[in-house]
Amino acid sequence: MARTKESLVLLLDISPSMHNHLQDVARTVSILVKRKIFFNKSDELGLVLFGSEEANNDLQKEVGGYESVAVKRPIRVVEEDLLEYLSELPRGRAQGDFLDALVVGMDLLIKKHGAGMKGNKVNKRLYLITGARSLIKDPDEGTKEDQVDVIANQMKEHGMKLDVVVLQQRISGLASSNIFHENVSLLKRFSKRAQAEVLIVESPVSLLSAVKARNISPVTLFRGDLELTPMIRVKVWVYKKTIQERVPTLKKYSEKAPPNDSFASREVKMDFEYKSREDPDKTIPPEQRIKGFRYGPQVVPISTMEEDTLRFKPEKGLKLLCFTDTSNVPRHYYLKDTNIIVPEPGNTMAILAVSAVARAMEDTKKVAIVRCIWRQGQKQAVLGLLTPNLSSSENVADSFYLNVIPFAEDIREFPFASFNDFPPSQQPNDSQQEAADNFVRMFDLAPPGREEILQPELTLNPVLERFYSSLDAKLRNPDADVPPVDDLLMRIVEPDPEIVSENEFALNRFCSQFQLKVNPKKDKMSKRFWRDKAPLSEEVGKDDSVDLQSDISFESLAARKVEEVGGLTPVQDFEAMLARRDSDEWVPKAIREMKKLISDLLDNSYNGNTYSKALDCLLALRSGCVQQEEPMGFNNFMRELAIKCRSKRLNDFWELIVSKNLTLINKGEAADSDVTEEEAKAILAEGNAGRAPDQPPEVDEMELLLGEVV
Amino acid sequence: MKFFRLPSTGIFTFLFPAAILLKIFPLSFCTRAERRRTNDSIPFAYKLQLMDLESDDLFRDEDDEENSNFSQDKEATKEFVVYMIDAGRDMFLQIKEEDDEKKRPHFSTVVKCILESLKTRIINSDNDEVAICFFNTREKRNLQESEGVYVFNVREGEDLDRPTARLIKDFSHVEDNFENEIGSQSGIIPGSRENPLYSALWVAQGLLRKGSTRNVDKRILLFTNNDDPFGSADPGVKADMRRTTIQRAKDAQDLGISIELFPLSRLGEEFNISIFYADMLEFENEELTQFMPTVAEKFEDLTNQLRKKIYKKRVVRKITLMVADGMSIGLSTYALIRPALTGKITWLDSVTNKPLKLERSYICADTGALVTEPLKRFQTYQNEKIKFSLDELSEIKKVTSVPLRLLGFKPLHCLKDYHNIRPATFLYPSDEEISGSTCAFIALYRAMLRFQKYGVAFYGNTRSPQLVALLPQEEVTSSSGQIDPPGLHMIYLPYSDDIRRSEKLHMSMDGPVPRASKEQIDKATAMIKKLELREFSVYQISNPALQRHYAILQVLALDENEDLPETKDETMPDEESMQRPGIAKAVQEFKDVVYGSNYEFEVITNTKGDEASKKRKALTDVAVKEVGNYNWSKLAETQKLQNLTVVELKYYLTAHNLPLTGKKEVLINRILTHLER
Repeated sequence: MARTKESLVLLLDISPSMHNHLQDVARTVSILVKRKIFFNKSDELGLVLFGSEEANNDLQKEVGGYESVAVKRPIRVVEEDLLEYLSELPRGRAQGDFLDALVVGMDLLIKKHGAGMKGNKVNKRLYLITGARSLIKDPDEGTKEDQVDVIANQMKEHGMKLDVVVLQQRISGLASSNIFHENVSLLKRFSKRAQAEVLIVESPVSLLSAVKARNISPVTLFRGDLELTPMIRVKVWVYKKTIQERVPTLKKYSEKAPPNDSFASREVKMDFEYKSREDPDKTIPPEQRIKGFRYGPQVVPISTMEEDTLRFKPEKGLKLLCFTDTSNVPRHYYLKDTNIIVPEPGNTMAILAVSAVARAMEDTKKVAIVRCIWRQGQKQAVLGLLTPNLSSSENVADSFYLNVIPFAEDIREFPFASFNDFPPSQQPNDSQQEAADNFVRMFDLAPPGREEILQPELTLNPVLERFYSSLDAKLRNPDADVPPVDDLLMRIVEPDPEIVSENEFALNRFCSQFQLKVNPKKDKMSKRFWRDKAPLSEEVGKDDSVDLQSDISFESLAARKVEEVGGLTPVQDFEAMLARRDSDEWVPKAIREMKKLISDLLDNSYNGNTYSKALDCLLALRSGCVQQEEPMGFNNFMRELAIKCRSKRLNDFWELIVSKNLTLINKGEAADSDVTEEEAKAILAEGNAGRAPDQPPEVDEMELLLGEVV
Repeated sequence: MKFFRLPSTGIFTFLFPAAILLKIFPLSFCTRAERRRTNDSIPFAYKLQLMDLESDDLFRDEDDEENSNFSQDKEATKEFVVYMIDAGRDMFLQIKEEDDEKKRPHFSTVVKCILESLKTRIINSDNDEVAICFFNTREKRNLQESEGVYVFNVREGEDLDRPTARLIKDFSHVEDNFENEIGSQSGIIPGSRENPLYSALWVAQGLLRKGSTRNVDKRILLFTNNDDPFGSADPGVKADMRRTTIQRAKDAQDLGISIELFPLSRLGEEFNISIFYADMLEFENEELTQFMPTVAEKFEDLTNQLRKKIYKKRVVRKITLMVADGMSIGLSTYALIRPALTGKITWLDSVTNKPLKLERSYICADTGALVTEPLKRFQTYQNEKIKFSLDELSEIKKVTSVPLRLLGFKPLHCLKDYHNIRPATFLYPSDEEISGSTCAFIALYRAMLRFQKYGVAFYGNTRSPQLVALLPQEEVTSSSGQIDPPGLHMIYLPYSDDIRRSEKLHMSMDGPVPRASKEQIDKATAMIKKLELREFSVYQISNPALQRHYAILQVLALDENEDLPETKDETMPDEESMQRPGIAKAVQEFKDVVYGSNYEFEVITNTKGDEASKKRKALTDVAVKEVGNYNWSKLAETQKLQNLTVVELKYYLTAHNLPLTGKKEVLINRILTHLER
């Protein structure tokens, strides 16, 4: 079903107190714009700046006042042009009166979509980003609070939602702080009287993450009774609370259609056929197929009908099994993303019942175990853990979080040696422990009185952001490289330099207390991840051409500071580069250069005179990629090579590859590989294809909701 | 008393799974439930269930993209296990259990226990091979023709083979005819030079000869309650027997076979490991004191014990935790909890029951040409087709090259209940690659416990880089062993993109929403107290769908006309007990204060389901009626199907019970396909 489109007015504070942060604000808004263009491209967006010295708005012209509010972009469909505009936000010199701005924003929405709830075919939303440092003018009559109430009522009446992000800056000064507190309490007043959400952020990272860019219409996973006992059933609805958002699944690109054909869909369709193993030409039609399940060495066929009649068929429902101590279900048992159980909206008794039980659970430190069958026909039962979620806002009802917990079959226990039983040499001594204590205490991400850093709610996914930025960059320039991770978002990936420098002493002391030494013998095996079984030694031994590696000690490799893979001794250069540890760059570089060298060798080949060298290089590349856990680097190259060998009539070289049994790197050799052993070999046979199963097919919202249903 | 302590060298056995293992497993584990087992007012009790379905495959999670990393050594490694069971007379003594009056000989407990473990193995580790070998038997059955050793097997299959449904079935009846067919014998017969323990080790070693130790873990699991196997031997040969048996065990271990002892209780005395087994398994004196074995009294003990031991502990991955530039701590990761699924489906030809091969081809949608797997992907954005190479896509996900980077610490209360997206991973220090890791890890771990904090780190794996919480797990031991191991649980945290404000969807805008009064909360507390299960543990509840699935498989695999055994759905509440007066009263009181005493709950009917099916039926009726108004084959021939509306097309599909999904072209194609036949 089509989502109702959203009409959003952005209200940005550009008054002097915001000047230092305008860039961050612009970045935040551009994230919002990019995601909107991607997900909800029919949404509309208007832009209003306040605290600006130029006034430009209808109200000012019509009724006067509203001097520092400028409508920069009337409400219309989101477009790229906004991004350019955002990069040069002006610096205003006037006071940023957010109440004025709100009124102007509401006026825009009403003029665009009509008054009252009639304009309900769109979701009307106001998005206010402010420093809340400017003094709000006293209204002509009544108090500021009264004015807030009037505005809030209007919002409610016209069905508008409000999101406020307050950027809190650590500025001293009593006057300024008084204004700030007054403003914040004014803003919070909105959330009691209208559908408003106020978020106070401190760091730019949080600001960046505060924006809920993507609008998802929530779907209930379940509506029905929470059956405490057969005697008492509380009406509840169940929603998702967390659900992992992934990089969108991209379509496969076909290059077959002529490049200038603008109507070409460029899509690649996949066709699946089940064939008999004995007779590869025989295709088995779907109705002749039957599911088989492994049972020990046997494969037991079960027809769909048998399966349907015999299988576990639970009745839809949400039933309480028992209450128990919180400690009986430890935190690490939580299996999946979290749901939330809310009382049926508007049902006072359900709200009270949930509230009473939740509060009693909180008081007595109990949790509840429930059996969840979300819908009729569900094939699995789900074991859920209810924990109370007492609402902090008086407008929001109490609810329960529901986490999926494991069944007996899902748990495996291993014994681990007690730390107390380690020999004294592996136990920290007093000064080491003290250093660790200090370190843990000082390196605090949630110090009292300050914003909690890296709060999941305020931590944007850097990968997603990078994907959308990259998409945008490629729109402008199809050959654009993948942009680096946003420097602000690197604070999610790496420690905040500010905290590090604040606590340098504790950190250094901790580090200096422990002698951590990399075991060089193992280290040779792999640079970043170590495995207990490295197949390398046997792999290498198999082929003479790469044997020279074993003669070179780690030290001698590392000693040679090779910086490129040359044509003279490519294998040695390559290996020496892999062994360099002074930077992370060497491994990708070595692989890249090796690939290029191989391609060059083949391109310049005359009667196959370079084949043997190219083959040696390829072998070295393979073992290097296995060793460095970069199977995809090799596998993708092999696939390209397979195509190249066919098209460029290099098939004699491919025959060499086949004769050396040079397959793709399979999962057994490097876990990150995308192919199984069998699939890895397939490349030889076909010279093409042989790819592993694709990314999981796109899952729609409902399926995600019913994630438990198999 | 101290229990389960690995010898100091023991920790390295985790790191070198293929290394020789000398371990003894006193029956020292109990579940949370047992730990808290009390006899006081529990409103209703769940029976502790047997672990039918301990899983292995599920811990490899190949479906989960991120977790495919976790599968590293699964393919390469399998286990060959010989269950070596003492069938001496003592094993058949009736042991009276404390809490119930039932008597069950040890032998029976062991058989039942192994049965459970076999079932688990059959389901989860396709490639594991097992053999069952009794010693101290009257009859003999083994390749070496040794006296007193009986290798149990079924007609088909080798002695050491993958477990089959048949083996399980036959083994479950082994007790019925044991005395007749195999026979028990009391250890060494005075005057005889036969040494069944020695022979059994020799036979087991023979069974384990196949396969290389490089990719197979070979284990002997030894079940006995006789701590003095040579007690009855003649003094003249006793020392010799002892020496040769120890030598035999040593030889086996030198061949990479690990021997694990499961001591069972003696009648009226402790199993004294120092009499013989400590020497056989080469324990030093000081280690011995740490290894005071508890004896298995009950079936549960042994099951729990075996459950922990059924698989070799496997490191999923080795990673380093980077604390600061130049300081990294080596870690091993373990997957302790992963949802179990019904196994992978193999498609078969229903005529021959032979497995089918899936062939995939790529077709260019524009030209219809067969293409090779494309290396480029695209995304439509702003009406442009934006192309990405596979390398670029993986580059996007590669935001860091550091596997695990510590970012700081937070107090425990910052970790909310909804900060979860997938099963946690367990971290334990390892000195293998970076010496000194264990020491630094322990220091951090203890500091975190002391200050009630958890670590926040960035997990930079290339599939799904994520923020994680490193939650310290305090070691919990009970009088019977370790319950929770010490280490860190790595909990995957959501990003802001992943969290929804669902509770605020139904925000009240007309003033505050009602909150429960003190009285209501008090009544709720009273009700909770009545409905409380103090000893709850997730071990009590097995997955009903899985149980059912494997019960079906087992019956079908045996291919006998047997009735499907009942599988109990342990997820169902004990509604009967819930109606008991004491509980009912508390529930009623709660109901009265919240809903009022006159409130009647609607009778639950599946009205919705009924309505839906009625509606569906009505639609079908309409479709059947309407479908007659069109000449479908003619429409198809003249290619006029295109002119019909989707609604009209669906008449046909509904009337013929075909799927209704897809776009118009798909529907038309479906109709055409259907018409052709």
